[in-house]
Amino acid sequence: MSKNKHVLFGLYDDDEILLDAVKEARNQKLDIMDVFTPFPVHGLDPALGLSESRLHISGFVFGLLGALTAFGFMTWIMVVDWPIIYGGKPYWAVPSFIPITFELTVLFSAVGMVIVFYTICGLGPGVNSVILDPRITDDKFCIAFDVTNVDESEQSELKKFFEQSGASEINNKTI
Amino acid sequence: MGSITSPIREPLVTGNKTYSQITEDICAPTERAPSLSWVLAFTVANVLLGVFAFTSVWTVYFGIGTWDLNRTVGWGWDITNFVWWIGIGHAGTLISAILLLFRQKWRTGVNRAAEAMTIFAVACAGQFPLIHMGRAWFAFFIFPYPNTRGPLWVNFNSPLLWDVFAISTYAIVSILFWYTGLVPDFATIRDRSRGLRKKIYGFVSFGWTGSAKHWQRWESLSLVLAGLATPLVLSVHTIVSFDFATSVIPGWHTTIFPPYFVAGAIFSGFAMVQTLMIITRYVLKLEDYITIGHIESMNKVILLTGTMVGIAYLTELFVAWYSGYIYEQFAFFNRATGPYWAAYWIMMTCNLVTPQIFWFKKMRRNIYVTFIMSIFVNIGMWYERFVIIATTLARDFLPSSWSLYSPTWVEIGIFIGSLGLFFTLFLVFVRVAPVVAIAEIKHILKSSGDQYVEKQKEHIKKHQFTENN
Repeated sequence: MSKNKHVLFGLYDDDEILLDAVKEARNQKLDIMDVFTPFPVHGLDPALGLSESRLHISGFVFGLLGALTAFGFMTWIMVVDWPIIYGGKPYWAVPSFIPITFELTVLFSAVGMVIVFYTICGLGPGVNSVILDPRITDDKFCIAFDVTNVDESEQSELKKFFEQSGASEINNKTI
Repeated sequence: MGSITSPIREPLVTGNKTYSQITEDICAPTERAPSLSWVLAFTVANVLLGVFAFTSVWTVYFGIGTWDLNRTVGWGWDITNFVWWIGIGHAGTLISAILLLFRQKWRTGVNRAAEAMTIFAVACAGQFPLIHMGRAWFAFFIFPYPNTRGPLWVNFNSPLLWDVFAISTYAIVSILFWYTGLVPDFATIRDRSRGLRKKIYGFVSFGWTGSAKHWQRWESLSLVLAGLATPLVLSVHTIVSFDFATSVIPGWHTTIFPPYFVAGAIFSGFAMVQTLMIITRYVLKLEDYITIGHIESMNKVILLTGTMVGIAYLTELFVAWYSGYIYEQFAFFNRATGPYWAAYWIMMTCNLVTPQIFWFKKMRRNIYVTFIMSIFVNIGMWYERFVIIATTLARDFLPSSWSLYSPTWVEIGIFIGSLGLFFTLFLVFVRVAPVVAIAEIKHILKSSGDQYVEKQKEHIKKHQFTENN
């Protein structure tokens, strides 16, 4: 930990109150650090102005890689490296290669995408994230502001925002 | 609020739950000491697992000769069990992937347990080809790796090799899909616990925080994995059916096999889900999350796929007659009236006839009927594979090489033992992981929770009243 972050966060009791609060914060041009919820709240991404995830692109790229790997490898083995005639079929028996090509497309795509997912989210076995409040994975909805370089008066304004938008608790934590 | 759901639809979460009650209800079984019934069940499952280990070691030590396979019947109970288990392993991915794409909200109550069941069933299925190899320590020969024998490669024209790839891919993708869904729920358990338990669940929950961006990517990942798993699950049993359909054995080389096998797999998979869920929801007191409505929905799938399988049986008979090919005709005549006639009629009864009871709503919503039917289907589908494999092989082209096959105690032990493996894994799972997807249930609460559905109904009533005046 090179630098400690001071986080001011409010906890909300309901996803609908949270959504309104997020919209209000965006209206007031408040710089939200992150929002934490116990389940995916629909409508939160546009409210936060998050761009659509591009994760599926990696799925396509890995899938393509899988298809080419499978088909290329089988072609090389069956035609170049050790050609054998099986059941009177040609060496390059394309229909026979389809099932494995399909399976490896799916395999590469799924495995690749999962690896990309955990990498870009910074998640993985042994990762110890700082949990602002243990109830966030239960029934609390949290909006967090980074207040490391924010002076007192602005902080009290943020607190006022929490109070007005219906937060049930306001806390701060150094992470 | 939330997404719009017709108030006519039955609530999927009953008991007026709040978010924290959901967490409590689903996490609690993992946090208290195991009940007596669990300990008893686990003991029985472990004894059976011991039987599995013993008979497997016996087979490997003395060789495949300990089974009563012979020159004509080269596949007996082993491949029957393999196909049976693989079939059972189809419901989980169907529920979580295909029903996700179809936006069927009822899947949230049962998807977690069904996916776990899928993985354990595939694990059981994988044992059979392995043991059948005889020299199980050479199992890695089935993968195309550079070796010092040439390198001599595997035969990519063989459906048995396609099976290796299909089942390995299926197992891996199912595990990834299941685990990615589990991560947020493990985080929920982590944040409720202390000490060593917190450390363990902290490790397996990968540092999940519930950040909005993570949820967005998580949903995107789930959707694409579902899109990939949907054709995958259909391909797996299609390729299993190729093991038979690409041969030249009468009764096997039919083009109807892929759809027929896939329907059969879904049929038997749902039956196993019913068997397990009816017990699980009672023992873990999850009746509010796995409601009669869920059971009814699954019974509808059982009725549909069972009828599809039945139509396939009848189509096979028709095509055998219509083809004018005497060997094909004999194969089916022999199935129904030959030495294995009893197996054939058990299959017909359990798969085609008895599930028709589910045309009646009262029966679909009756837990006892459902449980008995699910056992019937499990039995019927096992016999289906036995009929396809053993009866066909026992009577081949030359009457001089006809033979009969019945299993030895070793084969029976391996089968019974594989049930032990399956139930041991499942019982461990219900102790350590949330059996119902917590985050997903919370997500549908406001559209499908009973108190919200009631409110919506009242709202509509009021609205109609003011309109009429």
